[in-house]
Amino acid sequence: MREKILSYMETNGRIGLHDLAVMLDTDEAAVANELEAMEAEHIICGYHTLINWDKVGIEKVTALIEVRVTPQRGMGFDKVAERIYNYPEVNSVYLISGGFDLMVTLEGKTLQEVSGFVTDKLSPLESVLSTKTNFILKKYKDHGTIMAVQRKDERELVTL
Amino acid sequence: MRDPRSKKVVALAPSGIRKFFDIVNEMDDAISLGVGEPDFDTPWRVRDEAIDSLTKGRTFYTSNAGLKELKVEISRYLDRRFGLSYEPAQEILITVGGSEAIDAALRAMLDPGDEVLIPQPSFVCYLPCTVLAGGTPVVIPLKEEDQFRLTPEALEAAITERTKVLVLPFPNNPTGAVMEKDDLEAVARIVQKHDLFVLSDEIYAELTYLERHVSIASLPGMKERTVLINGFSKSHAMTGWRLGYACAPQPIIAEMLKIHQYAIMCAPTTSQYAGVEAMKNCDADVERMREEYNGRRRYLLHRFREMGLSCFEPFGAFYVFPSVKEFGMTSEEFAMRLLQSKKVAVVPGTAFGDCGEGFLRISYAYSLDSLKEALARIEEFIGELRGQR
Repeated sequence: MREKILSYMETNGRIGLHDLAVMLDTDEAAVANELEAMEAEHIICGYHTLINWDKVGIEKVTALIEVRVTPQRGMGFDKVAERIYNYPEVNSVYLISGGFDLMVTLEGKTLQEVSGFVTDKLSPLESVLSTKTNFILKKYKDHGTIMAVQRKDERELVTL
Repeated sequence: MRDPRSKKVVALAPSGIRKFFDIVNEMDDAISLGVGEPDFDTPWRVRDEAIDSLTKGRTFYTSNAGLKELKVEISRYLDRRFGLSYEPAQEILITVGGSEAIDAALRAMLDPGDEVLIPQPSFVCYLPCTVLAGGTPVVIPLKEEDQFRLTPEALEAAITERTKVLVLPFPNNPTGAVMEKDDLEAVARIVQKHDLFVLSDEIYAELTYLERHVSIASLPGMKERTVLINGFSKSHAMTGWRLGYACAPQPIIAEMLKIHQYAIMCAPTTSQYAGVEAMKNCDADVERMREEYNGRRRYLLHRFREMGLSCFEPFGAFYVFPSVKEFGMTSEEFAMRLLQSKKVAVVPGTAFGDCGEGFLRISYAYSLDSLKEALARIEEFIGELRGQR
């Protein structure tokens, strides 16, 4: 049941309790309980809206920053990750296998704002060895949703 | 000048759906719940394999019966999913959709005067294909009180000494009815008693919501009497690829192959390469689509109950078949007025046989948002009709 609720919720966060219950052949209370439990267990960590900011006409700059760091004794990467993720302008922080350690995504209004964060906040951190900033030029697909093209129903009427 | 047209073809009635769709077509802003094909895209990995086959220049004919690799994969798939055992080299024919397989099967089996039993409401092609093949169609009306299943009594009553073939269209378009194992066993006994053959159109076999579909060909003594029709259109959202297949004992397949090779040559090569991937690696995609259809099915039935619109619970395909008998008008009139006043297109049940009178076919191969909007309009419409009485 959890898995089914999650698979509906993941692509349609606005689906109502009532509809969800009907489609899963259960009652609203059961769905509500599961949702509440999953929120408490931090399985569901939030409800967000997927926005194509390009279409709003508001300038936004998103950067993927590769960060190499020195892990700290007893804490590994957690401490330095915490230092970074507490900045509100940081969208996400992932520990990464491969050529660098942390992948930080950051949203700013301008290039200067992003580069300012990197030079003033991120690079000066003691355990940060190096950074490499990649700017996103175009979002084709985000959270499983294709942003680049809008589809309409092109099915033609056929005898069957 | 003589009439260039064949009398037999001229006499064929045009499809009831066609007439209705012509009107829908002229309306730009109508919401249609009329289309009988999946709203999903073909899984990308299937499309990708097709592209790859083109990149590699695989643009020749395949052998008439189809790519060997595809037949092998179909054989494995049928075994894996439905416990069926077909020998790829002798007992499987790849066709241009299930439709070609139906036509070829009827032409391969019928002689003039042979009677074909066709349960209705059902897909529109069985009757004209029977006529074109020189057979005589005999309609068996199915009833809502039997959940639109074929009962042994109705079958027995329709059999004469000319009866040769029984068409078995389950899971059913347009009613969504399914035949469960014990229903099929009762039919199989009668088929064997009267030495009949079954044309089992199982194109919706993957879309059942109660239990896994059972093929009549899997029952004892039935494989040798059955032509099984299936394809990729509904299960793998591959309608436009035109890819289907027939499975039958070698003597029948051999005759179907003759018709197929003279009329068609072979099914589209690109589609066949795509089909290999669909058979091998797409069970999870099929499952995902089935789950999604099932949610919509439950949603529709729930909304009909809320509106007080009578509808038997269908457990297959992607259609519901509600009754509009309470409104005292024909299905066609209801559908036309719904279209004109609320711009929602549904198909009158009569498009699938006279016994579809009093019902509508509503497809749920549409997004939940479209379904919601359409149902809100239908609710408004029937509210107005009830208010007038």
